[in-house]
Amino acid sequence: MLPRDLKASQFAGYPPQARELAGGRVALLQQLPLGFLPLLLREIIVYDWKFPPERSELDHQLAYLESRSPADRRQLLAGFEKLRLPAELEAFDWVNQPGQFSEQLTTHLWATLQIDAFRAAAIDYVRTVNAAAPHTPPALPRLSIVVLGKDVAENKYKLFRKLRPQGVYFNHVRPENGLRILLDAVAARAQAHPAPYGHWYIDGGSEETAVGEGLVRFSYDSLAAARGTLQDKMQKTFQSGIGPEAFRTMLAGMRPAELGMGDAADAVMSRFQVSVLTEGSGTQIFSTTFVQWAAREAFRRAQPLTLMLRFAPRQRARPMNELLAETQRKPELDPQGSLVDADMGAYYTWLNQQRLAGADKSSFLVWFENHNEALAIGPALARAAESSSPVDLRQLVQQVS
Amino acid sequence: MIEYSNLGGGPIPRHSASGLRSPREIAQAVSWSRRTFLREVTGAAAAGALLSLAPRGAWASPRGRKAVVVTFGGGARDEETFMPDGQENIPRLLTALMPRATFFSQMVNKGILGHYVATASLATGAYETFNNFAAVPPDRPTVFEYFRKDLNRPALDAWVVAPSNGFNRIGESGNRSYGRGWGAGVILPKRLLAAALSSREGPAYEHLLRDNYETPLYAPELGGHQVELHQMAEVLRLSVADFTAHARVLASPDELSVYIARQLMRQLAPSLLWITLHDIDIAHSGTYSLYLEAIQRTDRLCGEIWSNIQSEPEYANKTNLFILPDFGRDSDDDAGGNGFQHHRTGDPLSRTTWMMAMGPGVRENVVVERPTEPTDLVPTLGSILGFDARLSQGKPLPEVL
Repeated sequence: MLPRDLKASQFAGYPPQARELAGGRVALLQQLPLGFLPLLLREIIVYDWKFPPERSELDHQLAYLESRSPADRRQLLAGFEKLRLPAELEAFDWVNQPGQFSEQLTTHLWATLQIDAFRAAAIDYVRTVNAAAPHTPPALPRLSIVVLGKDVAENKYKLFRKLRPQGVYFNHVRPENGLRILLDAVAARAQAHPAPYGHWYIDGGSEETAVGEGLVRFSYDSLAAARGTLQDKMQKTFQSGIGPEAFRTMLAGMRPAELGMGDAADAVMSRFQVSVLTEGSGTQIFSTTFVQWAAREAFRRAQPLTLMLRFAPRQRARPMNELLAETQRKPELDPQGSLVDADMGAYYTWLNQQRLAGADKSSFLVWFENHNEALAIGPALARAAESSSPVDLRQLVQQVS
Repeated sequence: MIEYSNLGGGPIPRHSASGLRSPREIAQAVSWSRRTFLREVTGAAAAGALLSLAPRGAWASPRGRKAVVVTFGGGARDEETFMPDGQENIPRLLTALMPRATFFSQMVNKGILGHYVATASLATGAYETFNNFAAVPPDRPTVFEYFRKDLNRPALDAWVVAPSNGFNRIGESGNRSYGRGWGAGVILPKRLLAAALSSREGPAYEHLLRDNYETPLYAPELGGHQVELHQMAEVLRLSVADFTAHARVLASPDELSVYIARQLMRQLAPSLLWITLHDIDIAHSGTYSLYLEAIQRTDRLCGEIWSNIQSEPEYANKTNLFILPDFGRDSDDDAGGNGFQHHRTGDPLSRTTWMMAMGPGVRENVVVERPTEPTDLVPTLGSILGFDARLSQGKPLPEVL
């Protein structure tokens, strides 16, 4: 089927809000090329479980496309229109399975050496749509706090090496009560500036207790049961001998209920947590990867005002079968390797924060837990600077707030 | 997974170190950075300046020449290798090998960035387009077939040592004019080790049987010309007991591959030996520390391979060594990816790699900046060894001929 043959009734299987969104725009959707429309539907079909900023951006995107003249729209999407697609993709049920379509499209684009053309078309499209979007600054300058190095007694790795050019490196930090101070600061921001999904705390071990209200929070340990179920499914799939593409399709189709999260009060969050485990490579087995990917996805999708991450030691590298059996045994941990992982994870978190609106006013703080090293980045702070003055975490929070 | 999944919403990159530069400009910038860095570290000169001055090595007839190809896999970035921060990870490449090498600083891979299909493309000198996860032979003749058929070489004179079952078909193409009977012998050391071990012994060797983190479920049926355990003693004059005893002290699958390659060189001294290293691909697990460790190990193994070539009488002074990655990994600046973890975006940095050529007839400590492609390797080997890679897409590299 081609887009021009699309009918509103074909969205009957979509969740309620997604059905309304797509069904009310059939005239527009019919005019979009096959190399583009299913990718848009892949976003629309999960509209009911999207975070507020995602919904706004999708709403804007559709409104922008509708506002263009047919000629303008054709020009905007010309790169997608030119893609050469096989009949099998036309015949695929891309209305109801846009995710699987996109996997097959990806395979086809690579195999026919059209991936660069797609990439160029996608970059041009995103840039154009974004330029027309209302640029509303965040209600509060964003702040990320990263705590890393749990259980590392001694370290010789040069920390914050990629972040040092951006801010001030502190090497005489007083660590006393540091984690508590940071958690309280994050909770205070959440209370002072309440916003749905606006303030997050993600822990690579178990969540600290007595964390204030108003925070979205979860941890690697809090999802242990879901990870165990998922690891078991992955093991069984492994034994069945299916190929990697079918395996990815299986993961992509996983729902919270299948991982024992069926009665979660917040469907948006439980869907998000499942996506972190099923779409992120390594998130099921390595806590450092889990934290980094969850932060990336939180910024990409929910665009929080506050994000606090705490990395914890991950299990040591072992054969995949052993890693997937993590919840059935007590894994050996690798604190030093985890510190290096987290150091890069902190850098990526800063990069992802800077991709959001209000980047010029955003701040960032990373601390080597229970040690005297930290780095702070903010509009009022110098770049590529170093401070040997004694300072505690409360003072550092003040500098980035 | 399709890139730019934020087509339907989500943040759009608002900053990029690469700005609006074209892929060609970025590739040139990468090349320039590599050249500048190498010049500082090793004093390497540009090829153009030395072309008429540098002394050629003694040029022997193609007969008696040997070649070893090592893929620096799977996929390492400049940030962790040739840029200042990466220097500490590749001391052998920089201090022991680079001063003896001609370094191609801008090798652009225009094919599919999947490890098996990309390595197959290296081996055929043409961009193969088959499914990366399918157990199929390359479409075009491999370098082994050109070599053996044109020069009438025996089966034992061309070998591949590869890391996993996924590469078992790389030794022989499906081309009707070559193909069956003209390929290389393929050794999959992990498979041999797994076959050699009883279930009781398994745990002591688990670090050598580590799976591919990108596709942990990929275990296609074997169908190539690979050596099985019962043949090992005959081919390598290596008993199962000696093999497993030595394997016990090795650190990784690539160590096992190099150990087997060493046995091949000592026992059979093949004229054409292809070693595919793959430890670096652990990056897919998202663990930066393990990725760095793998790069450091690969650097050490490359140094050992060159030392072996110099110390084995059958190889010393008549062997050219080529070291090159199959491709890079995603840039930190591309919001569609997740930095070092994957190679999915097809961005210029993931496509721009390098190659190091050493041995008789190759100028030392020279950097070639012009754009080249990995498909140029096979025709270059043809010029050195004396065969015609007639169906390849590349061209011989005059800088090493």
